[in-house]
Amino acid sequence: MKKILRTSETHPLTWWLNENEDVVWIQEYKKNGGYCAFEKAIKTIKSEEIINTIKNSGLKGRGGAGFSTGIKWSLVFKNSSSSVRYLLCNADEMEPGTYKDKFLIEKIPHQLIEGMLISALALKVRRSYIFLRGEYIESENILKKAIFEANEYGYLGSNVLKSGLSFEIFLHSGAGRYICGEETALINSLEGKRANPRFKPPFPAMAGLWGKPTCINNVETLSNIPSIISNGSEWYKNLSKSTDSGTKMMGFSGKVKNPGLWELPFGITAREILEDYAGGMKNGLKLKAWQPGGASTDFLTPEHIDLPMSFSSISNAGSRLGTAIAMVVDHTVNMVSLVRNIEEFFSRESCGWCTPCRDGLPWIVSILRSLEKHQGQNNDIKILEQLCHHLGPGKTFCAHAPGAISPLKSAIKHFRSEFESGLSRSSIISVKSIEGIQSNME
Amino acid sequence: MLKETLDNDFILSNEEKTEILNKKNDYEDARASSIEALKIVQKKRGWISKKAIYEIAKILDISASDLEEIATFYSQIFRRPVGRNIIRYCDSVVCYMYDCEKIRHFLENHLNIIIGETTKDLRFTLLPICCLGNCDKAPTIMINDTIFSRVTLKSIVKLLELHK
Ligand code: SF4
Ligand code: FES
Repeated sequence: MKKILRTSETHPLTWWLNENEDVVWIQEYKKNGGYCAFEKAIKTIKSEEIINTIKNSGLKGRGGAGFSTGIKWSLVFKNSSSSVRYLLCNADEMEPGTYKDKFLIEKIPHQLIEGMLISALALKVRRSYIFLRGEYIESENILKKAIFEANEYGYLGSNVLKSGLSFEIFLHSGAGRYICGEETALINSLEGKRANPRFKPPFPAMAGLWGKPTCINNVETLSNIPSIISNGSEWYKNLSKSTDSGTKMMGFSGKVKNPGLWELPFGITAREILEDYAGGMKNGLKLKAWQPGGASTDFLTPEHIDLPMSFSSISNAGSRLGTAIAMVVDHTVNMVSLVRNIEEFFSRESCGWCTPCRDGLPWIVSILRSLEKHQGQNNDIKILEQLCHHLGPGKTFCAHAPGAISPLKSAIKHFRSEFESGLSRSSIISVKSIEGIQSNME
Repeated sequence: MLKETLDNDFILSNEEKTEILNKKNDYEDARASSIEALKIVQKKRGWISKKAIYEIAKILDISASDLEEIATFYSQIFRRPVGRNIIRYCDSVVCYMYDCEKIRHFLENHLNIIIGETTKDLRFTLLPICCLGNCDKAPTIMINDTIFSRVTLKSIVKLLELHK
């Protein structure tokens, strides 16, 4: 397995890690040049310059959607409707198969705090919140201590580094709901409401938390900011082997020899990660399918394993890069039953706001359960396909439903015979095919 | 088994009140501290009773039905008494491939309860949870505040023994 030599020139996020991968607390962080980017920014760089640097660096949001961070920032910056504005760090990581934000928070918390400081400086924000997933108790303790340290060293508070500026970071921990990861649902949840997504527009940049201009960035996105400010946008772009700038936390889990997470340049192929870093499949197991970036991404097959990991190449292959934390499925796993598990998750986590999602997902689960028991009705696959259509992009209020049906749709596409073998023999013989959606629950 | 009436004489302790009022300062609007307030009270009492909802709503100056709406939406807020130890097993996709369903069956048989229930001696409550961000060390279970990696049926028995 390849060993990674992490340097500040090549690994903006993880070069801070020490040998044992212990938490890098403020002393060690500062000793290696931590907070220098912020000090540089607060002394010399203007808001516009910071935003332009981020824009030119080509940094895209690392939460899954991949929107340009610089453009997002300039939308907030340009909105002069209120002098109060907020920065929110989305640390509500809950996508099944994803474990990158937790890693960054628990190993290098000050990198995130510094990233938030620079963002707050650029966007003229005085109050920011980290929306942390409630179950991440360890992360919560580490962040609390790191925020305390940053306060002690004068990076937070009412007179930051005696500059007259004031910044505060509040830690808000959630109470368990996947939908809180959706930007507008996150705002609702932070305000103490149900985490139903909000209608857009207005986008959070216009009217977000308590109606004020609000910028929401993912943990990994914000953690990239300090080194971009230190080393410049050109450097950042050149780290990548593809058109997407920079590096990315990428990984493989499932039945591989060495499941884990590594900071790698965009454009590295999935095979390189799987074989060189994750050590390949466990003995005797064959790769059957894989998801490039979390449970809401479409399944790809071994045929796609040489694809470069970048937003465009994965989307050209019919999936999404998502969180880029990939997962393998081996030949012993039945796709119907795996997808049933994934759909149970999405069905449980639907916020219930719109009917196709609230009612469609349990319906999908119930069909998959009967297919799993080889008790499927003749029309079941057709109904599943129709449901995929009714839950597809643009049909529901937020991306939860389209995300939920992506694995299902792609599994039917690539592994149709497994779904077909879930039909009961008697149903094939006795039930006539009937057009249109109908209940399979007689 | 356990009745809500158990909690009729609920009053917020001074400590809880102060903690909640402190949290209120973190936000522009008191409503935003609802989740924290519920968690503060739940920390000591294990669960949130009807009476607790009224008391917390009063101190936050929001309507009880608004708070109720929050309390029923989020999975970490318990509206029924729970056991002293909460066992959550991750049932998301990676843990699924690492046989989390076997873990669930084992726990159900071993504790003689099904998902969502509490053992008669009030020692354990069993709940599912989605991906704990520990997939590279699957399968995963969480007991109270601690995540346990690469668990086996054997190691689970040991873990249970440690939680009285
Ligand atoms: S698509 Fe699902 S999660 Fe999104 S708003 Fe509708 S019901 Fe809620
Ligand atoms: S799927 Fe169980 S910890 Fe991620």
